[in-house]
Amino acid sequence: MGSLRLSRVPAIDTALKLVTVAVAMFAFVFVVMVPLYNVLCDALGINGKTASQAYTAVSTAVDESRQVTVQFVAINNDDMPWSFSAGERVMRVHPGAANGVVFRAMNPTDAEMVAQAIPSISPSRAAAYFHKTECFCFDQQALAGQAGVDMPLQFIVDQDLPTDIHTITLSYTLFDVTDTVTDGLAVR
Amino acid sequence: MGDHHHGPATGITRWLFTTNHKDIGTMYLWFSFAMFLLGGFFAMVIRAELFQPGMQLVEPAFFNQMTTLHGLVMVFGAIMPSFVGLANWLIPMMIGAPDMALPRMNNWSFWILPPAFLMLASTLFMEGGAPAFGWTFYAPLSTTYAAPSVTFFIFAIHILGVSSIMGSINIIATVMNMRAPGMTYMKMPLFVWTWLITAFLLVAVMPVLAGAVTMMLMDIHFGTSFFSAAGGGDPVLFQHIFWFFGHPEVYIIILPAFGVVSQIIPAFSRKPLFGYASMVYATASIAFLSFIVWAHHMYTVGMPVAGELFFMYATMLIAVPTGVKVFNWITTMWRGALSFETPMLFCIGFLILFTLGGFTGLMLSIAPADFQYHDTYFVVAHFHYVMVAGAVFSMTAAVYYWLPKWCGRMYNEAMGKTHFWISFIGFNITFFPQHFVGLAGMPRRIPDYALQFADFNMMSSIGAFIYGASQLLFLYNVIATIVAGKPVSDEKVWDGAEGLEWTLPTPAPYHTFEEPPQVPKPVGTI
Repeated sequence: MGSLRLSRVPAIDTALKLVTVAVAMFAFVFVVMVPLYNVLCDALGINGKTASQAYTAVSTAVDESRQVTVQFVAINNDDMPWSFSAGERVMRVHPGAANGVVFRAMNPTDAEMVAQAIPSISPSRAAAYFHKTECFCFDQQALAGQAGVDMPLQFIVDQDLPTDIHTITLSYTLFDVTDTVTDGLAVR
Repeated sequence: MGDHHHGPATGITRWLFTTNHKDIGTMYLWFSFAMFLLGGFFAMVIRAELFQPGMQLVEPAFFNQMTTLHGLVMVFGAIMPSFVGLANWLIPMMIGAPDMALPRMNNWSFWILPPAFLMLASTLFMEGGAPAFGWTFYAPLSTTYAAPSVTFFIFAIHILGVSSIMGSINIIATVMNMRAPGMTYMKMPLFVWTWLITAFLLVAVMPVLAGAVTMMLMDIHFGTSFFSAAGGGDPVLFQHIFWFFGHPEVYIIILPAFGVVSQIIPAFSRKPLFGYASMVYATASIAFLSFIVWAHHMYTVGMPVAGELFFMYATMLIAVPTGVKVFNWITTMWRGALSFETPMLFCIGFLILFTLGGFTGLMLSIAPADFQYHDTYFVVAHFHYVMVAGAVFSMTAAVYYWLPKWCGRMYNEAMGKTHFWISFIGFNITFFPQHFVGLAGMPRRIPDYALQFADFNMMSSIGAFIYGASQLLFLYNVIATIVAGKPVSDEKVWDGAEGLEWTLPTPAPYHTFEEPPQVPKPVGTI
């Protein structure tokens, strides 16, 4: 660092360099740690996070030799008032096969509300093998008061799913995000 | 630069406008002691409530505010500023510099601290109460579910972070630019070395803490979703960011303590420190490792096995440089001409109890075992062994050791030794039983507990009252020394003391080393 001088006074030069380090570390949190965490979680399926975009299937070879149990859990976060449930609680599926299930949501209040469903897979290492070709969780759901909606989910369990995994639990938690998207409501 | 030979100004303006490293050091030390008493008072409330099972004195919500503020005040208000104060007083005197490199910034870095803690303490009187989410302030407890006062907490953290960064920049700038001729890096006293490395840690991770609380602020007030799953964020992300700051933070607290002990043990063993170079390298290794072990605080969060294993082995690796240090301290004492004045007693107490805390740390580092220990009183016992018996004991030793140099008066040795023994016994009565209740499953941060933990908790509380009371004796001894202690005028107050600060007159004049000294011989080396 001998060549780079930020000030002719040596102590101030040192101090300015250290200020730069401190500012860089502050920026590091926002521009490196947060994105890196999300990328790692997506790539490795850590925390049971599933991809937030639709999967475009390449291979359709179905592994008829085994079946996997897929369980569906639908829960409300906090004081979310909607009724929210899965059309089927449990399915037996072949890896590689396309499957569908319908979740049902109903807004029992009189006001229009917006909800966001957040998925989570257990065991978390199955998350990377659970592909959704269509999911209501990719978008927010707006429902007028007293309205209900059927929300489809299409998914494929990857043929490469480790053979020691026999049961996958997919849970959706429904969050009330009306407050954060009031601007969006006005546009609609 | 102005007139060098004036004495201190008089009245309150001396303290408000001072740029003198000794004045600022003194203010840091008194401020941190005041915070130590405040945080100690919060601890007394906690232990009084836990004296018996059942709800006795305070509401659970208030109990949570007490555990939160106790942790925050002790870590950020008591321990960290106390070592900054020590650095201010000693680093210029140890490296032969006339003052800190950036004296005006030094004034600022102290004077923004009291308002920050005033603001933090004022949250106790706000609607909804003070922060109640623990000193680790995990989201969403500290975002979605926090009392409105959390915004003041965030601002307080921002300010004290800025203060810490300014203080560290000053220390690095001083050590790198103001050493006396001949004071090469490998001749620096170990206290200076440990502080230099600590300051680099602070510059690297305090901004990370600032980032974490800024994200909280944005989540709470500006509609972002860093830590909110509903908007695509993740509360677990908070834990990663917090502990990326938090683990280096625990070494920020303990490395200066290592430095203090490395100064005092040789003085009372009348031998040079054993393995000076290895101490420097061990300190640097600990600092480096502190950046790659953070997730051992979050084994139960649902990490992949590979992650658990990495963080487990990396954590265990820290035991190697730490073991080098403990070995060197013991070897310094080996066949030394030992004497057991109060500073030495506190250092030996440090050595024994910190090592115990290190061992429980090793137990906690074992990922599969940690699932049992996680968030129990075992963890509480562990970190109090390293924070209190580590940092606070060494800080106390430092005050007894350098106080005669600072004020030219000797403290009361009998009272000092009494303080040590009451502290040592009180501390162990408080925290040793917590290992047992923790292993038996008592969770931390609860205002009530199952009946089978009653006896050990009563012991803990009695010990805490003893330990707390002994600090008042300490306060009395320090004040009595400053006001009416027996005058000392020997330059070397302790016959075994080595280093440039002991070549100065006693008490240390307001301005020292205006002419750089000749470094007589390698300080701290053989």
